[in-house]
Amino acid sequence: MTPQSQFVLLAPVAPGRERGLRELLLRMNSAPGMADPANAVLPFGQFERLHFARLAVLDDPTLGDIEAHGIPRPNVPVYLAFAGSCDGSADECLAELARRADTGLRLIFTHCDGFDGQGDLLAWMRARQCPIAANYINWVGRTVRQVKEESALRRALAAQVPRVPLASAADAQRRWQELVDFVNLEVSAGRLALTTPDPTPLAWQTAKLVHLIAIPIVGLVALPLLLVLSPLLILVLRMKEDNDPEICPRLDPAALLELQQLEDHDVTNQYTALGSVKPGLFRRWLVSGLLVLINYTCRHIFTCGFLARVQTIHFAFWAFVDDKRRMVFTSNYDGGHEAYMDDFINKVAWGLNLVFSNGIGWPRTRWLIARGARIENKFKYYQRRHQLPTQVWYKAYPDLALIDLKHNHRIREGLELARMTDGQALAWLQLL
Amino acid sequence: MSEAGPVELDDVQGLVRFAYKHLTEASFLLLRVNDAAAARAWLAQAPITTAAKVDPLPQTALQVAFTSAGLGALEVAAELRQGFALEFVAGMASDAARARRLGDVGANDARYWQWGAGERVPHVAVLLYATAGRLTAWQEEIETQCAAGFVRIACLPTSDLQGVEPFGFVDGISQPDVDWERKRPVRDQDQLDYSNSSCLGEFLLGYPNEYGLYTPRPLIDPRRDRGALLPRAEDDPDQSDLGRNGCYLVLRQLRQDVAGFWREIDRQAAGDADLRERLAAAMVGRKKNGDALEVLGGGPGDGGAGTASSARLDSKPNSQLNAFTYQADPHGQRCPLGAHIRRANPRNADLPPGEPGVLSRLWRTLGFDAAALDEDLVASTRFHRLLRRGRKYGAVASSTLSATTPNADVGLYFICLAANITRQFEFVQSAWLMGSKFAGLTGESDPLLGHRRPGPGGSPSDAFSIPQADAPDRRLSGLPQFVTVVGGAYFFLPGIRALRYLATAR
Repeated sequence: MTPQSQFVLLAPVAPGRERGLRELLLRMNSAPGMADPANAVLPFGQFERLHFARLAVLDDPTLGDIEAHGIPRPNVPVYLAFAGSCDGSADECLAELARRADTGLRLIFTHCDGFDGQGDLLAWMRARQCPIAANYINWVGRTVRQVKEESALRRALAAQVPRVPLASAADAQRRWQELVDFVNLEVSAGRLALTTPDPTPLAWQTAKLVHLIAIPIVGLVALPLLLVLSPLLILVLRMKEDNDPEICPRLDPAALLELQQLEDHDVTNQYTALGSVKPGLFRRWLVSGLLVLINYTCRHIFTCGFLARVQTIHFAFWAFVDDKRRMVFTSNYDGGHEAYMDDFINKVAWGLNLVFSNGIGWPRTRWLIARGARIENKFKYYQRRHQLPTQVWYKAYPDLALIDLKHNHRIREGLELARMTDGQALAWLQLL
Repeated sequence: MSEAGPVELDDVQGLVRFAYKHLTEASFLLLRVNDAAAARAWLAQAPITTAAKVDPLPQTALQVAFTSAGLGALEVAAELRQGFALEFVAGMASDAARARRLGDVGANDARYWQWGAGERVPHVAVLLYATAGRLTAWQEEIETQCAAGFVRIACLPTSDLQGVEPFGFVDGISQPDVDWERKRPVRDQDQLDYSNSSCLGEFLLGYPNEYGLYTPRPLIDPRRDRGALLPRAEDDPDQSDLGRNGCYLVLRQLRQDVAGFWREIDRQAAGDADLRERLAAAMVGRKKNGDALEVLGGGPGDGGAGTASSARLDSKPNSQLNAFTYQADPHGQRCPLGAHIRRANPRNADLPPGEPGVLSRLWRTLGFDAAALDEDLVASTRFHRLLRRGRKYGAVASSTLSATTPNADVGLYFICLAANITRQFEFVQSAWLMGSKFAGLTGESDPLLGHRRPGPGGSPSDAFSIPQADAPDRRLSGLPQFVTVVGGAYFFLPGIRALRYLATAR
């Protein structure tokens, strides 16, 4: 099994170069915000291990919000973010990108501070890589190649399966066997491919196991102290929750439209948001701890198709920026933005509150998980206001949603079984 | 927050409470303001029919609604207009992004619309209703009254098809049960069972919605309301509430290709008369007489053919028509997952079904119940309900159903009322009806409304699958487009006091 990784690098845009950068990014697209997979600058489609990628200029219009906490607006750069989700390690992916898209990447990064167009591109990119605080992967082990092969498999089978009612219950097994034979024939003729997964890298397995054990141990060690402090911590939390300012003004229609113009070209959409963490050590430690916890659950629990009740997020991550004063969140999700946000409110408002209520201006929460995102309009204004246009976004498998990927994989699993009961065979046929 | 007082029914336009079914004649005038002063003078005293019950029933009714452009033309101050919902201010045909969401692409593109885009965005919709034989005189009377202030850009005549839409199916059966008594508790709590009841605030502005919150709307400084015409906002008594007792009205003219629809069904049924009825019923989710496939049981393959004329809707028990959910049919073997009525109203609760008890609930909330997850692709229907007030237009000859007559201009004026256009109308239209992945389906959108255009990767959207108990789905493919959008706009249907305020305030 090949595990997936994500990377993000942030490079400050050089003074006076932002406009040129934006023009360059525009040229990489075939529709607003949608990367042309074969664009001359960075032909994403040539990178077979790349699931998603994005380039976004992070110019945060909400920087001044911190003034509501009595702190002056910080002087931070506008960053260019380059993020991706890939099969295998992020480092290998970056190396491949640097090797095969050297000219294009250099062209992009000449718009950034500290890049002279010469020198070691890979080393320069690595130096700007930003650690990911919490990493979500919908299905650990599912590669781009697998997605494409299983999609072709389903198409072939759906065209082949007889759709007339079964003659008898046992007929299901016969039809299944016929389709198994059909696929084997197609595979040997080279019309279908079903590549066997690579062995799981030992280093990855070891690191995962260590993480699985180490985090609870650290937690256990810290637990007594946390328990002793908990009355005080809860008191501080509740006081802060009741007093922190809410900043959820009505949206600027032009800014909203700018975001919407980049959406709904495919069944999947992108989301990039940036915000400032509330000032003070309490929030800084709280959000750091919670992201460790979320990262832990994403690495060990939510690894096969769902993040709590949400089944429509392909990849997402949280990363701290500017010494944890700011946080960036990105995701790739199925469906329209409104449906995504309604899912959040109706299914996992508690989960959003856990993390994002540590951001400046979040709708008022209680006990860290209640209210907050349930305050529908304030939440919707807030999240749109913090969203930034993703100038270039790439997805390796247009038209395919996670539900398709799950479905297609079930079909393949059924194909690879040695035997089936009548009921299993019928259920499998009904997947087609 | 002040006490939950009774609703001032005489401040609400009647259409919110009544469909005016006894007023079988109707026409909708789409007007543009050409003399703001004269227009305002008429609006200040127009004889609007209210939601208060009268005895005997009215013989005529008049309702008035405004687009955002209309409020501008009436010289309503910009800062007042900016208090309305963003999607209302922008308008239905505002931009390509909204068009993608609503499916207004291809043949539905606003550039082909008869009205609703560019210079043909109406300012005011005047909805006229009358008992049989009275409409002509009523319309003349109103048009004479408002002639000084407006020019008419379109008159949308309706026809009384006795509750049957042009494809031949009884229509308008499912409606939310609006809590006019304000009995539903105002709180934010997960609902574990589907209920057809909706908080008043889902439809009328100024009242709490299903989240227990007041939907944003224009609230104004009482000093701007010198005549003290407007009520105070319940959630902010220092402000006057311009939205209270008003709602948004979505109007879309949908042309139905009746001959094309039945021709395609005939093609798919290959001459099998029984199959023809069953396929059509599977697409709709109901038989022609309105019976829900979900209630009839069996599969869409098992139900007998119904005809609209053979059964009177009124005599049907509600259980057969509307009091059901799809909980016992998660795979769509009775009513296909993609059937029109299932997409438009999936009738589910806030959590997928499971065992009772706190532990099971926690388990489902965290996503650990695999079976529940499979049924959780669509959830929380209660936030996406529409109050429908549509009317039909054009004449459908019974011979049309044989698919041989040329296609006449017939269809539906889809009208729905909502407090939040985005969360209600636009959500249902984009995520559920147009959505090509609704409930885990793929390659298909609404069997009646779909525009059939492929996705960016070339995947088709013109199929329709009918799950079967003992075989893979029956799959219809290559469906043509049956319904074309030919006009549309977002309106605000104000409360009576708000209307008078808009007509007089500067």
